[in-house]
Amino acid sequence: MNRLDYSVARTASDALQVNKVIRNTYTLLSATLFFSALMAAVSVAISMPPMTYLLSVGGAMLLIWFVLPRTANSASGLGVVFGITGLMGFGLGPLLEMYLSLPNGSQIVGTAFGGTGVIFLGLSGYALTTRKDFSFMGGFLFAGMLVVLFGALANIFLQMPAFSLAISAVVIMLMSGFILYDTSRMIHERDSNYVVMTVSLYLSIFNIFVSLLQILGMTSDD
Amino acid sequence: MDWMKIGSALLILMMIIFLFPRARQMLKESPEAKPGDWQGAILPILAVVGFVLLLIVMV
Repeated sequence: MNRLDYSVARTASDALQVNKVIRNTYTLLSATLFFSALMAAVSVAISMPPMTYLLSVGGAMLLIWFVLPRTANSASGLGVVFGITGLMGFGLGPLLEMYLSLPNGSQIVGTAFGGTGVIFLGLSGYALTTRKDFSFMGGFLFAGMLVVLFGALANIFLQMPAFSLAISAVVIMLMSGFILYDTSRMIHERDSNYVVMTVSLYLSIFNIFVSLLQILGMTSDD
Repeated sequence: MDWMKIGSALLILMMIIFLFPRARQMLKESPEAKPGDWQGAILPILAVVGFVLLLIVMV
């Protein structure tokens, strides 16, 4: 095989690998979103207490930090992904119940749900069709996330509604950036892992949904 | 101070501790943006901001 043949063969094999990662990621993401919604519905149905949100998100974070890195390349990684997304969905129960008890609660929850879907599909479609490389955003996004976390930590004690609204708005922008960044990683990184990519995209979707709920809940007329 | 606040603060502190080394590494290793790269990223994010404003008006 001469050099040109080899290059063509390698490019074709790379393209197949990229398509496989994208297909597997979106298939797993769809399944985990469905499972997460199911767990949220269960949590609402059995009226879980507010502490559930904290415990579930804490548990999911522990799985992401300590278990996922060790299992991402094995079949058990799939179980861990469902564990993470199921826990996070279950944690949403008390939050959804609180918003659903508002006069226009079902409209707020429905709009946040639909809005999150439109944002995710729009940004993913943009990154997939333009095939731009957004890897330059990595440092900015992670540094921005740290700033937001410091802000959220301060606001636990300050309890300023306007600051809380601003944090939610910044989180939506940062998570939109993460969707572009992660989708571009699937296209441009040869060794990207679909289990890790699924969790990463799920976290962006989850954070956009929760922040949209908060913004719509606070700015709603009722 | 209630337990929810303490729990939330501890969870966020844990996130900061775990995210800090990653953020530092990403800041060092992220490739430099080429001319036009930021424009390609900011435009869709601005579209998201516009869409959220539309949702706020609708609800």
